Amino acid sequence: MAKLSVLSGAVIDGFTIGECLHSGGMARLWSVTRPGIDVPLLMKIPRVSEGEDPAAIVSFEMEQMILPRLSGPHVPACYATGDFARQAYVVIEVIPGKTLFSRLGDLPLAYEEASVIVGKIAMALADLHRQNVIHHDIKPSSIMFRASGEAVLIDFGLSHHNQLPDLLQEEFRLPYGTAPYMAPERLLGVRDDPRSDLFSLGVLLYFFTTGQRPFGESETMRGMRRRLWRDPHPPRKLKADYPPWLQEIVLRCLEIEPVWRHPTASQLAFELAHPDQVKLTARSERLNRDPLSTVLRRRFNGSLLQPRAKADLAAQLASGPIVAVALDTTEASDTLNEALRVTARRILATVPSARLACLNVLKLGRVTIDRTLDEEGNNKHIERLVSLRHWASPLKLDENRLTVHVLEAVDPAAAILEFAAANHVDHIVIGARQHSLARALLGSVSAKVAAEAACTVTVVRPPRLASLHEPESVSEKQEEASTRPVARTGSSKGSPGW
Amino acid sequence: MTADNAWCLISVNSGAGAEDIVFAEEIVLLAVFADIHANRQAFGACLDFARVRGAERIIFLGDFVGYGADPEWTTDVAMGLVDGGAIAVRGNHDNAIGTPSETMNAEAQAAIEWTRGRLSALQRRFLADLPLTLQEDDRLYVHSEASNPSRWRYVQNTSDAARSIVATSANVTFCGHIHKPALYSMSSAAKMTSFVPTSGVSVQLLPGRRWLAVLGSVGQPRDGNPAASFALYDTSSREITYCRVAYDVEAAAMRIRENGLPHWLADRLLVGR
Repeated sequence: MAKLSVLSGAVIDGFTIGECLHSGGMARLWSVTRPGIDVPLLMKIPRVSEGEDPAAIVSFEMEQMILPRLSGPHVPACYATGDFARQAYVVIEVIPGKTLFSRLGDLPLAYEEASVIVGKIAMALADLHRQNVIHHDIKPSSIMFRASGEAVLIDFGLSHHNQLPDLLQEEFRLPYGTAPYMAPERLLGVRDDPRSDLFSLGVLLYFFTTGQRPFGESETMRGMRRRLWRDPHPPRKLKADYPPWLQEIVLRCLEIEPVWRHPTASQLAFELAHPDQVKLTARSERLNRDPLSTVLRRRFNGSLLQPRAKADLAAQLASGPIVAVALDTTEASDTLNEALRVTARRILATVPSARLACLNVLKLGRVTIDRTLDEEGNNKHIERLVSLRHWASPLKLDENRLTVHVLEAVDPAAAILEFAAANHVDHIVIGARQHSLARALLGSVSAKVAAEAACTVTVVRPPRLASLHEPESVSEKQEEASTRPVARTGSSKGSPGW
Repeated sequence: MTADNAWCLISVNSGAGAEDIVFAEEIVLLAVFADIHANRQAFGACLDFARVRGAERIIFLGDFVGYGADPEWTTDVAMGLVDGGAIAVRGNHDNAIGTPSETMNAEAQAAIEWTRGRLSALQRRFLADLPLTLQEDDRLYVHSEASNPSRWRYVQNTSDAARSIVATSANVTFCGHIHKPALYSMSSAAKMTSFVPTSGVSVQLLPGRRWLAVLGSVGQPRDGNPAASFALYDTSSREITYCRVAYDVEAAAMRIRENGLPHWLADRLLVGR
């Protein structure tokens, strides 16, 4: 096959080639234009033609398969792809600005700034994982930011799509990626665990807050393998003022066993957004690395080295949802609160990695100036937090699975919706308003939440007693039931007509 | 070739031109069926599904009969479709109808003997005359694998797949026989990948590598999922979509029992093993 050279001014599939923006080892980036597409575009062309460096080809093939399937603000929009049969390329939108690599000169960053940045990346990862993709090359130069603030992940050449063939699977003897950021399980050939991205993000957070890479810069397999048994120095050893909550998060990301890390990127983002709610364990206090005995045990009995079944990405994400229960601690009846607890218990029982966020809205008056203290001088905010914890205590959840939040807002439904969107909540559980007069005057919070939320919403009602029904309505219901068509599900046995 | 010529070539071949319109008429969505095994209920359900999805042409990868209780109906329908332009190759069970010496396990053998008595001379002739392989454009159709189609070897791993891929000049090979869906590829550096396809998710068979698409079975799935299995292939976008279709498994199992065939052949349909 003739190798086609690409030059400024050439036209490929309707795209006019402009200037060369970047010339890297694996690919060249050209600015391109096409009539009908207004956003600035970039054409990425691999540097090799068919039959040459397999790494560049395979990476390009992965990107070519994955990019067109991705959507949302956290990835560059993909406009076209071309394959090696003619001219290999992908056309994507230009994300203006520089990658996070440009911040390396500023390290270490302030804790607050670094945790905000990493929180945004975790949100982007959560969105990517939901689209069945594990990035596998999270590092500063793979991360950009939109003007609106969202993190954008770029470079999917090493990524794994859970529903597509993994072309990198058997291609290389050594794991392919960026050594300082690579998760330990990647060294063993595991490519289907989304928590590998959380490890890389933990490396980035460690680096950005301490100025040092937790596992150094060794590129040799021997040097990289040390992370299979050797944990990094706790950040507090490097910086005495390192916040315990942040160390808790960093060291959890850097756990050798994926199962000890945050179950999902959403849960990591949640912790970064709520530092005061991070459950501190012994990790947060540590000043030294694990003792030699632990390291040796890991090295010679490492459970990571045991064979494991292939992971189902979607099932794993589904096992770690964030469930938010919206509680009205003042008006709602005990029966409703008990019904909410029963529903929450059912959900938590089936998904052991779920975490529960209990919400209460402290309603602010539209015109009055609210005081944080009530008439008796008690702090309303703290009272509410206490009553939320009280509500949750019969659930007997580990503290790291439970958080409580009092939102102050004029419009409770809007506050709940905003919390759910900002924290990637997967499921909202909310009680129906009891008093019909209040509902008539104020509108139903649960109806608005159910109508507008982007996630599943369960509206809970307390069990009704039979005696509450009017006799007429009972007979009406029965009639309705008897005339309702029978759902056609299950086996068709006994229905010879079809 | 000079650089100027190079980009001229790209320009000529790109964009919406007259040649694209000519191409549009050639776009064909193929429905690829393997291992129907005389399962009328599964075959019917897959045909309906493929029609709804707009399949324009059917490819049969063999094993129309054996195991199942409706060989006459299955063969008649296949013959009608082949008359109408469908493509078919011969499987080992089809072969065993006319070649009693074909070695098989006891249950398969019992089913073949039973089937032989049910088929008309015309139907037996149809099965016996099917070719072992067929090549169309850059695609090869074969029942078992391409390296030695009459040996009926199973493709169980990447080395089996590699042996088949290097034995043909075709870019994409479609086969069945093992009753478990899988998709193998070989890179330009001869590295192999294997993949268990997700039903309903299309995969582009990138032209830079060579592919072996192993179909699941329409009439006797063995991957733990009792739903009938086939695939759609878009020859223009080169996208393959493995599909699973629910069908009346109980009815198919009942037909096997009613006809005195080994009960295990009925039981396995219910669990897809």
